[in-house]
Formats: sequence, structure tokens, C-alpha cells
Amino acid sequence: MKPPPFDYFAADCIEAAIQALADAGGDGKIIAGGQSLMPMLNFRLLRPSILIDINRIPDLAYVRDDGDEIRIGPLTRHRILETSDLIAKQFPVLHEAMGYVAHLAIRNRGTIGGSLSHADPAAELPMMSLLLDARLEVQSNAGRRTIEARDFFLGALTTALEDGDMLVEVRLPKLREETGWAFEEVARRSGDFALASVAVIMDSDGDWVSDIRIGMMGVGETPMRATEAENILTGQRYSEAAVAATVDAIRAAVEPNTDLHASADYRRHLVGILAQQALAKAWDRSRRASR
Amino acid sequence: MSEPVLIRITVNGVDYERSVEPRLLLSDFLRNDLGLTGTHVGCEHGVCGACTVLVNGDSARSCLFLAIQLDGAIVETAEGLGTAHALHPVQKAFHDCHALQCGFCTPGMLMTTIDLLRKSPLANDEDIREGLSGNLCRCTGYQNIVRAVRQAADELKVAQTDEAVS
Ligand SMILES: Cc1cc2nc3c(=O)[nH]c(=O)nc-3n(C[C@H](O)[C@H](O)[C@H](O)COP(=O)(O)OP(=O)(O)OC[C@H]3O[C@@H](n4cnc5c(N)ncnc54)[C@H](O)[C@@H]3O)c2cc1C
Ligand code: FES
Ligand code: FES
Repeated sequence: MKPPPFDYFAADCIEAAIQALADAGGDGKIIAGGQSLMPMLNFRLLRPSILIDINRIPDLAYVRDDGDEIRIGPLTRHRILETSDLIAKQFPVLHEAMGYVAHLAIRNRGTIGGSLSHADPAAELPMMSLLLDARLEVQSNAGRRTIEARDFFLGALTTALEDGDMLVEVRLPKLREETGWAFEEVARRSGDFALASVAVIMDSDGDWVSDIRIGMMGVGETPMRATEAENILTGQRYSEAAVAATVDAIRAAVEPNTDLHASADYRRHLVGILAQQALAKAWDRSRRASR
Repeated sequence: MSEPVLIRITVNGVDYERSVEPRLLLSDFLRNDLGLTGTHVGCEHGVCGACTVLVNGDSARSCLFLAIQLDGAIVETAEGLGTAHALHPVQKAFHDCHALQCGFCTPGMLMTTIDLLRKSPLANDEDIREGLSGNLCRCTGYQNIVRAVRQAADELKVAQTDEAVS
């Protein structure tokens, strides 16, 4: 189908974009890469009065080293993140995940700000922001504020962004160089949204797990952290029994849906298998690095 | 401002000035306004890849672009590749390998391949399959398309080595 009619405004700075959002009084939509918004417009699932294009705002696409954290501009395309040396070095888990996001032509256009704001429950970047404890910088006419990733994803396609808000920066606290990591995903076809995915980052101390974070997606209305499972393994000696208890906790925590692509039972089974694999890989990597 | 707006755009090396309504898709602009029907439209939500073109050198879905966003941009479509008598190397590879049947997916496959040749190592068939995974073909079963991309990639390598040698 074709999009419904709307007005169009190409903003040349953040202030102009948020002013236009405010003027539209909740009826305006930012367009970044358009890779999620345009399909919704073509299906007429949305009828904004005005599209506010942020593609012509200079300096919104960057990956910057800033001491304790990496700062990422909202208009940074998936392709840039995928090929960034800084990301590959600081967050190998994010680097790996980017390879699973859609296809080249979509990655050329789609942006991190768009992916986080769209908040598809099976999208990689929302899950990564949760795993990496991202801080999301948001600006509106009322000023600027920081939202922690854990407070950002409220439901499928629903975030803590309010009318008039623009996501203006993503800040990722750096990890230790020795931190182990793994990203596991199953999708029907390469580049499709995931049926389920698990990502792990882990620090070890001898035979012990000193710190662990587990992120999941495709198995709930939002990406999730497996908090209970994290607590089970933290401070434990890594063992088959400890991994089994962690996997049980993960399967108990998820509430997957049945849809055209997979049943809830299958997704619950799958997320456990993916967790097993991810835990083993992350453990291995953290041990190798600390040796 | 849902009124038409004047844009300047370069398509296959030709400069155009046209008034476009904000909601006009690039795919429809190319096909209906410029008469360039080589860009095919399948799904209109980014899934099939048939409408893939190059925008400022990068492959993109023309059904997910608004023409109005492209003021000042350079767009390349299948029509810009070669002619019936002087095929582009990628077109020739598709021809040589019988990489099309009905041809509906072909323009998108060609434009995607051109971007892949620059950005992907295409070291093995797995790379090629991964690279083409965003383009659907309902006829060929993909085998010959993969062979065609292999041929194009190998030829490019030979050409680059020759250049380096000479
Ligand atoms: C065929 C296909 C397959 C895909 N597969 C995957 C996949 O496997 N994994 C995956 O993660 N994604 C996938 N995607 C989605 C893709 O990653 C999109 O790029 C992403 O979801 C949205 O980013 P965008 O920049 O295109 O945003 P847009 O489409 O421009 O915008 C999306 C939403 O975010 C809002 N928005 C955008 N930027 C901002 C901002 N700075 N501040 C506030 N609001 C903003 C918009 O108003 C809109 O509501 C796929 C898309 C397609 C078409
Ligand atoms: S028509 Fe654009 S991707 Fe299918
Ligand atoms: S040749 Fe018919 S769809 Fe590919």
C-alpha cells in the first residue's frame, strides 16, 4: 500500500526537530532510517500529521571513545556500528550481534536511535542496550534527561519516550578487557527477526563466576535481563549443576508468545539451549582472557 | 506542507527537477514519474528486496525511502548498469549463469550484488547466500544466482589483480 498524506519537515538541528515535535502536539513522528517507520506508514498503521526528518542534522552519527564510556550518536547506521573498530574492540558482543540485524540494504539505512525508539521485542539493539546497561540521553523542549535502558522498554513497541522526546545519544559504560561474552540467536532465515536470542557477559575469578549479565529477547513483550538466573550464578563455582540451575531459572522467567513462526513451548525450549551455549562460550572466553 | 515540493535528483547520471508530494515513495517516483520501470515493486515493506537501488552509492530499499528525502541525492537503478549490447559485468554473470527466470527479482539482485562486491569479502558461497538473504526469488531456487555472484566476484578479483600487476 501507499502512505497516507502527511507534512514533511527536514530539521537542521536537534532544537528544530524537538520544536517541530512539540508543535505537532503528539501527532508528529521523527523519521531516521525509515526502516521500521516506512513499513508502518505503507501499511497505514500510523497516520502522523507530520514527519520530522533528522537525516540532515549534522553530527548525529558517531561512535566516540569518552573515557569510561563509548558515546553513540542516534543517527549512527547499523552498518557503521557493524564495521566500527572501536565497537569491535570494546564490545565484541555488540559487534557480533550487529551481524544478525536485517540485511545489508537495511543496515545501510537503519539507525540505533530508530531501533531503540521502535523497541521491537525481537530486535538486537534494544537487547544489547539492556545487556550493556546503556544510558539513553533524551531531549525535549523541557530539557535533557537520562533514562537507563532497564527503565526504557515498557512493552512491545512501547518505550519511556514521551510525545516531544527525541533520543539524542546512547552511552555505553565500557567493560573490562577480560570480560567473556557470547551472543546466540536462532531466526527462521538469516536476517529475520529472532525467534529467540541470548547474550551473556561474564567475569571469572579462577573457577568462580564473579559477575554475570544475561540478556534475552524474542521471549517476552520486551527484551529482558534474566535477573534471577544472574543471581544464581554470581559468586558460584562454574559447574554443570550451576549452569543447569541457571537455565531452569531462565526457562521459568520467560513468557514467550505462540505465533506463526514458533510456539511458546518451542521458544521456551530454545531459549534454554541458547543460554547453555552462550554460558559455555562466555565462560571459556573469560577464562582464556584471564589466564 | 503536504503540498508538492520541488526536488533535484540525479538518477543514472541524468539530473531531474520534479515536484513531489511528501508521501511519494522513491520506488513510485522512479517508476511513475521518471518512467524507470526497471525497479520492481513487490512487498512495499522492505522484505522482498525487488526494489533495491543505490542511493549515494549504498544499496537501499526504494519502497522505504521518500522521494522528498532525496533532494540532491544520486540514485542508480538497474537501467544505469549496462545496455543490451554492452552488459555490466554483473548483468553478464547473471546472463551467463541463467540466474533469472521471470526476472522479477533480478533488478534488486543486481543492485544488491553491486553493493556486496564492494562491502562483503564474498569469500565463499556462504558469504554470498548471507549477502543475498534479503532478496527473495520465487523462481530459480537461488543456485544459479549464487553461481552468478561467484562469477562476478571472481572476475572482479582478476580485474583488480591485473590492475595491481600492470
Ligand atoms: C526486512 C526488514 C528486516 C529487519 N530485520 C531486523 C532484524 O533482524 N533486527 C533488528 O533489530 N531490526 C530489523 N529491522 C528493523 C531495522 O533495524 C530498523 O532500522 C530499526 O528498527 C529502526 O531504525 P530506523 O532508523 O530505520 O528508524 P525509523 O524507521 O526511522 O523510526 C522508527 C521509530 O523510531 C522513531 N525514532 C527514530 N529515531 C528517533 C530518535 N532519535 N528519537 C526518537 N524517536 C525516534 C520514529 O519516530 C519511529 O517511530 C528490519 C527491517 C526490515 C525492513
Ligand atoms: S518492494 Fe521494497 S522490499 Fe519489497
Ligand atoms: S527470477 Fe522470478 S522471482 Fe527471481
